[in-house]
Amino acid sequence: MDLQDPQLMRSIIMDHYQYPRNRRECHDHNCKSVHMNSESCIDDIMVFVKVDQGVIKDFCFTGQACTISTASTSILSELVKNKTLAEAKVIVDEYRKMVNLELFDSESLQEAVAFSNIGKQANRIKCALIGWDALSQIIAESEE
Amino acid sequence: MFDLDRIRENFPILKTKMSGQPLIYFDNAATTLKPLNVIREVERILSTQSVNIHRGDYQLSYDISNQYEEVRKSVAKFINAQSDEIVFTSGATESLNYVAYGLEHLIEEGDVILTTHTDHASNLLPWFEVAKRKNATIEYFELTPEGRIDLTNLNQQIHNKVKVITLVHVSNVLGYVNPVEEIIELAHQKDICVVLDGAQSVAHLSIDVKKIDVDFLAWSGHKMCSPTGVGVLYGKKTWLDKLRSIKLGGGANAVFDENGNYELKSSPSRFEAGTPAIESTIALKAAIEFLSGVGMDQIHAHETMLKDYFLSKIQHFNHIKVYNLSTDTGIVIFNIDGIFAQDAAAYLSSKGIAVRAGNHCAKLIHHVIGVTETLRASFYLYNTIREVDVLVEVLKEITLEKCVDLYI
Repeated sequence: MDLQDPQLMRSIIMDHYQYPRNRRECHDHNCKSVHMNSESCIDDIMVFVKVDQGVIKDFCFTGQACTISTASTSILSELVKNKTLAEAKVIVDEYRKMVNLELFDSESLQEAVAFSNIGKQANRIKCALIGWDALSQIIAESEE
Repeated sequence: MFDLDRIRENFPILKTKMSGQPLIYFDNAATTLKPLNVIREVERILSTQSVNIHRGDYQLSYDISNQYEEVRKSVAKFINAQSDEIVFTSGATESLNYVAYGLEHLIEEGDVILTTHTDHASNLLPWFEVAKRKNATIEYFELTPEGRIDLTNLNQQIHNKVKVITLVHVSNVLGYVNPVEEIIELAHQKDICVVLDGAQSVAHLSIDVKKIDVDFLAWSGHKMCSPTGVGVLYGKKTWLDKLRSIKLGGGANAVFDENGNYELKSSPSRFEAGTPAIESTIALKAAIEFLSGVGMDQIHAHETMLKDYFLSKIQHFNHIKVYNLSTDTGIVIFNIDGIFAQDAAAYLSSKGIAVRAGNHCAKLIHHVIGVTETLRASFYLYNTIREVDVLVEVLKEITLEKCVDLYI
């Protein structure tokens, strides 16, 4: 994916904001959920993750959030479905490096590279991480 | 005369830029900018008189103590109260907490605390806690569809179980001036205490506490051009004397002994334990002088003129929805179709315009307007038609694409 193509990056973000994937509730009682508020923004989302034998079987979310939060969580939901927790962790780690403007491996991030410049707007980094932080929390709990 | 150019010259921050654009500050309901006389007052005290009050066995401390007490007189005059009815706090939030916890001992099981869905967290949460501790109940005034207090059944709403009415004077979201005089008159016939959150009223309207006959009035200095860290709690003397002190310490006590016996000073001193924000408090007097010099009625007229102008310019924009078209003050809340409030605020920021996005700490407001997140533009004495024109132009051409482009 060409990170230098602003039109492509913009269309990825807008598409995931206007048509968020996996924005729904999970009623499965095996689902773990985390409520996330961002300090810098007014986002308020609920993330649901179903882990079965170390594999993420479902990732969905509900709530009100800005473009960056909604689109980044939507992209995440597609990226980690059917991944093992270890694989998901690698993806999340690379994404964190990217939003913090460190060197990262774009291979595993796919559409999430649309946020490669978000780190230049420091006040929105937390928005770009809101769903990802929720997943990290759930992964940590699952490993306990 | 309302001399806008002269007013603006007094606010050095208006000559600065944000995102490379001239700063247009429309977040006055959050806090206000500071005029030169306030800035100089803080500098004067910190440079030449930075000593403590009430400890003065030396000249400097005696002088600063006097200046501190002069502010009490100035604040009292500003709202037509007596000096001993003015308590200095850290802000409206602390003032409102003082009232709720200070009156807790008078609240009994089954009592009702009456408030509104438009109130701010700072007024609701302390009372939620007191109600929980005392098994009291929170009730809300009935509202008209546009979100104003419905006066038709006022007598039933203010029923015999109501012990305290605590409400916002001017809503920080809807900008409506609540009909407090009618409410207070009826409440007093039933011996009910009335507390007003004046965070958005005292800085914008002329207030006469004797005329409206309110029992407590709370507000912040920083929303009326003073520095942060100082607020006021006005309480009628009879009510202040019933209020328990929730913050004890130096300055508030007259005597104490090793057995734990202590006696507090009389109000207002018994509420002011600890060293206060001395320079902020003294600068509050400068802020009052500045605003009084312009005139509170003129300030209100200027704000509502800007609000009317703004509404007239955006009312034909199909992509903008305003939630408080009949607002009485300079507060307008709105949304842009398809653009989340925070994204729109970030885009406006890139054009040098400061507005607030969110629920504005009035988290029950969605019961009234049907949405949780909005944009809020709030005007003050130094804002201009030209600035409103810039906002209107940006709102005219804003798109989701442009908002997203800030991040790619």
